[in-house]
Amino acid sequence: MDVRFAVNVSPKPGILDPQGRAVEGSLDHLGIAGVSAVRVGRRVELTVSAADEAGARAVVERLAAELLSNPLIEAYDVEVLGAASSTDSTESPSAAGAPA
Amino acid sequence: MSVRIGVVLFPGSNRDIDAVNALEVAGAEPVILWHEEASLAGVAGVLIPGGFAYGDYLRAGVIARFSPVMRAVAGFAAEGGLVLGVCNGFQVLTEAHLLPGALLRNRGLRFVSREVRIAAERLDTPFTHLIDDRRGLRMPVAHGEGAFYADETTLDALEADGQVLFRYVHDDGSRAGGEEDRANPNGSLRAIAGVMNAAGNVAGLMPHPETAVEAVLGSDDGLGIIASFVASAAERERASGPVPVGAR
Repeated sequence: MDVRFAVNVSPKPGILDPQGRAVEGSLDHLGIAGVSAVRVGRRVELTVSAADEAGARAVVERLAAELLSNPLIEAYDVEVLGAASSTDSTESPSAAGAPA
Repeated sequence: MSVRIGVVLFPGSNRDIDAVNALEVAGAEPVILWHEEASLAGVAGVLIPGGFAYGDYLRAGVIARFSPVMRAVAGFAAEGGLVLGVCNGFQVLTEAHLLPGALLRNRGLRFVSREVRIAAERLDTPFTHLIDDRRGLRMPVAHGEGAFYADETTLDALEADGQVLFRYVHDDGSRAGGEEDRANPNGSLRAIAGVMNAAGNVAGLMPHPETAVEAVLGSDDGLGIIASFVASAAERERASGPVPVGAR
């Protein structure tokens, strides 16, 4: 079966996030007040083919821990988006966030 | 016979020519190591140059970590082989867990490309023993993600174990401050510009010693680092005998 996942990667608490700080710094220009603690992360969506959802999840967990995040500085969570038809895999997954 | 030093070439490496030139100035024979090759061709040391390996997608250095050549480099390092990473090469080595810490986006947010001054913390390592003295070494930086980070416990341990190799300093040689101090170009914690592993055979730094090896380039202060690395690799090869080509 094919399962669609999202991996959300964010800077760990306590790690300075210059991107978040830059976003926060721009709020004045927008005339927006009352926003704080902005943290900029990255969202990676992907489809995994495996025998069952548990097997697919194991693949994603490994991918998230070894490649998509750096455990020294980033935390991640894995979100199941649902069963995916195989044609979904031809769509380019979106990797949100600024380029590295 | 001059010692053969590998220069790893990833798609996106762009300081490889400078690395080749610096190694030649230091009397070594550079050997280009293509990222798809799992062999190090029997080189006596490996230099990972700067650039934007694999476009620096995801995080700087992370995709490069999984290339065939880096698996070979990890094996080489585990056997005690000398590995030096410069700039993006430093990022690759931290992502590969061959060096401690991580390089975060510059705290000032800007890509920084200018001359800085660093000082060697120790002159008794394979990467620093030919440096003249502890005066500051002038050389350029050119990076967007060079803020050295590790948690406080790790930083204390690195300092206690003598793994901090280079720090950013002021013109008078005094240690640079935090991100508000221009002498610290990226906001590196404790002004750390370069570190080495616990075994002392893998080192990395953000500044570019390989582009500061001849007076005509504006500074030759980087030559001490490159020459130390080359001499140490030659010494190690002499001690262990010649390495047959293709043995690794």
